[in-house]
Amino acid sequence: MPDRTRVRAIINHEPVDFLCEPRQSLLDCLRDVLGLTGTKCGCNDGNCGACSVLLDGRLVNSCLVLGVEIEGRSVVTVEGLAQWPGARIIQESFVEQDALQCGFCTPGMLIASKALLDRSPRPSEDAIRAWMSGNLCRCTGYERLVRAVQAAADHLATIEGAE
Amino acid sequence: MATTKTPPKTFAVIGTTPPRVDAGAKVTGAAVYGIDVMLPRMAYGRILRSPHAHARIVRIDTSRAEALPGVVAVATAADLPEAVDRTDRVGEGTVNYRYTRDATFAGDKVLYHGHPICAVAAVTPEAAEDALALIDVEYEPLEPVLDVRGAMEPDAPILHPDLRTRSLAGPGSTPTNVAAHMRFEIGDPDQGMAEADVVVEREFQTATVHQGYMEPHAATAAWSPEGILTIYTTTQGAFDVRTRVHELLHHPLADIRVVPTEVGGAFGGKNTGYTDVAAALLARKAERPVRVVMSREETLMATGPTSGTWMRVTVGARRDGRITAAKAELRYEAGAYPGAPVFSGANCMFASYDIPNGRIDCYDVVVNKPRTGDYRSPGATQSAFAAETVLDEVATCLGMDPIAFRLINCACDGTSRITGGAHEHIGIRQVLEATRDCAHYRAPRPKSDGYLRRGRGVALGFWGNWGARSSVTLSVAEDGTVSLLTGSVDITGTRTSLAMQAAEALGLPLEMLAPAMGDTQTTGHSDSSGGSRTTMATGIAVCRAAEDLLARMEERAAAWWGVDSATVEYARGVFTSSTTGDAMSWAEVAGHQSETGGAIRGHGDVNVRKWGAAYATHIVDVEVDVETGGVRLLRHTVVQDVGRAIHPGQVASQMQGGATQGIGWALYEGYAYDAQGRMLNPNLLDYKMPTYLDVPAIETILVEVPYPGHPYGVRGVGEAPIVAVPAAIAAAIHDAVGVRTTRLPMGATQILQLLGVIDP
Repeated sequence: MPDRTRVRAIINHEPVDFLCEPRQSLLDCLRDVLGLTGTKCGCNDGNCGACSVLLDGRLVNSCLVLGVEIEGRSVVTVEGLAQWPGARIIQESFVEQDALQCGFCTPGMLIASKALLDRSPRPSEDAIRAWMSGNLCRCTGYERLVRAVQAAADHLATIEGAE
Repeated sequence: MATTKTPPKTFAVIGTTPPRVDAGAKVTGAAVYGIDVMLPRMAYGRILRSPHAHARIVRIDTSRAEALPGVVAVATAADLPEAVDRTDRVGEGTVNYRYTRDATFAGDKVLYHGHPICAVAAVTPEAAEDALALIDVEYEPLEPVLDVRGAMEPDAPILHPDLRTRSLAGPGSTPTNVAAHMRFEIGDPDQGMAEADVVVEREFQTATVHQGYMEPHAATAAWSPEGILTIYTTTQGAFDVRTRVHELLHHPLADIRVVPTEVGGAFGGKNTGYTDVAAALLARKAERPVRVVMSREETLMATGPTSGTWMRVTVGARRDGRITAAKAELRYEAGAYPGAPVFSGANCMFASYDIPNGRIDCYDVVVNKPRTGDYRSPGATQSAFAAETVLDEVATCLGMDPIAFRLINCACDGTSRITGGAHEHIGIRQVLEATRDCAHYRAPRPKSDGYLRRGRGVALGFWGNWGARSSVTLSVAEDGTVSLLTGSVDITGTRTSLAMQAAEALGLPLEMLAPAMGDTQTTGHSDSSGGSRTTMATGIAVCRAAEDLLARMEERAAAWWGVDSATVEYARGVFTSSTTGDAMSWAEVAGHQSETGGAIRGHGDVNVRKWGAAYATHIVDVEVDVETGGVRLLRHTVVQDVGRAIHPGQVASQMQGGATQGIGWALYEGYAYDAQGRMLNPNLLDYKMPTYLDVPAIETILVEVPYPGHPYGVRGVGEAPIVAVPAAIAAAIHDAVGVRTTRLPMGATQILQLLGVIDP
């Protein structure tokens, strides 16, 4: 068996320490090594966005990052989203707006939405569509997803305003 | 953006829009899909595939792979018993098990790029990948045939030496690639054509396209020491998987347990499987569980896309707009084995119209591409593109509004069809009138601006829907909550729409229903969730189960009171005795179940033989850039007869999703092959599906013409909304720039060729 490399990182606010082959992607490490199967594999070549995660706060396709590259860094997956009240509002907005059918693209859509709203709290519809265009959905026709992101932004703005 | 044209309702639950019951699991990552299944000691399987489109297999040597550390099993065609030569229904189509076996692992020939040769399992996915590279296969390449017309030439390379054309005249006598030729006829088509004032004839071609579900195929198999095989898989039909595995492994049906997982998109493509048999063989040999997950490349290359086609359509009409005759020739690629959805295409293409004289010739043709599978209204989108485009041209020639032209010719109850039978309970006129009267159709046409030419198009699509077998069990817990177990796999939100029907029928709040998908061991036979059948046919099973359950609950109340159950009445959660005047709540009767006879359950098992068809129109505004040939959608409205919308939000979502897939089919998607038959674009960059930037906010208008064969009037809604999209976009392109597109996808090259900007 090939040699494995030790990786230490923070995933969803918890320290992790695991072994992986240098050729294994972050996506494979999350799913097969760490059992975090919420992050999905739709294409494995960066074209569908189903494997989106936050790496040190930045939106990345985890299939295009090697597992060994996260040494000392922080990763957030769909399983860790609910730790932020703001992200929970995005999740609730997806449910309320019925912004999903099969749900397979949903973890990636949620992560991409969080990344967008972190940098741009009140995005226009065009901005939402442009930012999210790396995430494919085959079920919904996207309109409900756009509405869900808008509704989450509106909701978050009322909370900000109240504070 | 959904508006509903609905008669007044008297329902408590039906027609509301609660959150779907599976939404919570899907926004937290907790939902378990086929690719997520993990079992203790699980090994990872991979499939070796042919690099050739057509070749003889001279030799397979797996010894080097078997010797690789970490490899736990290798499976080949030699591990599969001989299959019976019998054709069975699978999903919305049919298949012969002899061909299914050959598609599982190639026999003496490979028939398409990606055809499975054998499979390996190893303790890590990486080791399995390494092992594939160590399998030596010697091929003798043969000339491939990739195009339906080429495959029908007299000197074409033959895929199956024993194939003979099936037709009404009996089997043919010579080797051929034409698996079947069928002709449907009504009236006198030649005479009808002679009576026409306007005749339009055009030829069409459509590319092979894929369902594009985001989750690839996956199956995880495990054997017990007693020989019980359990398969966890992403499928539309657990019982269909069980039947196929039974046929291919010669293993008793009841000793195969198929457990459906969450399904990450299917659209017909998961009516059958491509990983389950390999996983089962590998797991048996390895004596440990094995999971096989396909890559995106494998999914595009080697699952069942829908047919590429060549079609010719001729329509004649009088000056007053009445169609006098229609003719069509449909040649559909089946892929490597017979079974193209060409009869379904024929059945749908003129179904919306009263056509007195017609003829449709259908050809089911094998080519060196993957065997086609079901895709949302199988076969109908292609033939509708051809038929509706010609009808639009006839209307244009007559100077008539396309909706007015269709209203003159639209079918009604009792109209005889070219493919046989007559319509019953159809809502086509209501759909056309709602289209004509809607805001989008009445709005001024978009104006052109320099090189940006804008236009509007409309088209009408038909899908027949399906009924078939469904099984539902309702069980009441001691606190009164009710579990709903069905063998129907939820691919579109049917746990929610079935629970809503159960709540309505039982007079209980939706929160008291807990719907779940069962498996082949725990539920009665339920056919695949295809043909837009689940909310309709399984809904009927729900209503039967609810009736049964209410009868049992009344008996239990009667037993508690010591009265005759005929004297017990039930309404909205309360049982009353007309003899004693006593009353008990639903929960109280449920709470007494131990004292009154044990578990309380209601069953509904149905085989639904009649169902209501669905019609949908699309109104599309497009913008054509005459310098680049690019086409952009500005506005899109879907109008559909949905029978009765149990959950109007989910119905509208189906309409938007179907429209979006239609947009991809119309403008972007298509398989590309080189001259040797190797697929050039098996990835989501080069096989381009619509993104957020390609689809406008699709408006939906739900027309409700209840189907009387369902207790609440439900019609299937999932498939009809894809059918007419390419034709509507083609009509809009014609309105914008005055040219008729006849090839799918309608890419920039075709537009610029038709505009004379570049040479054909």
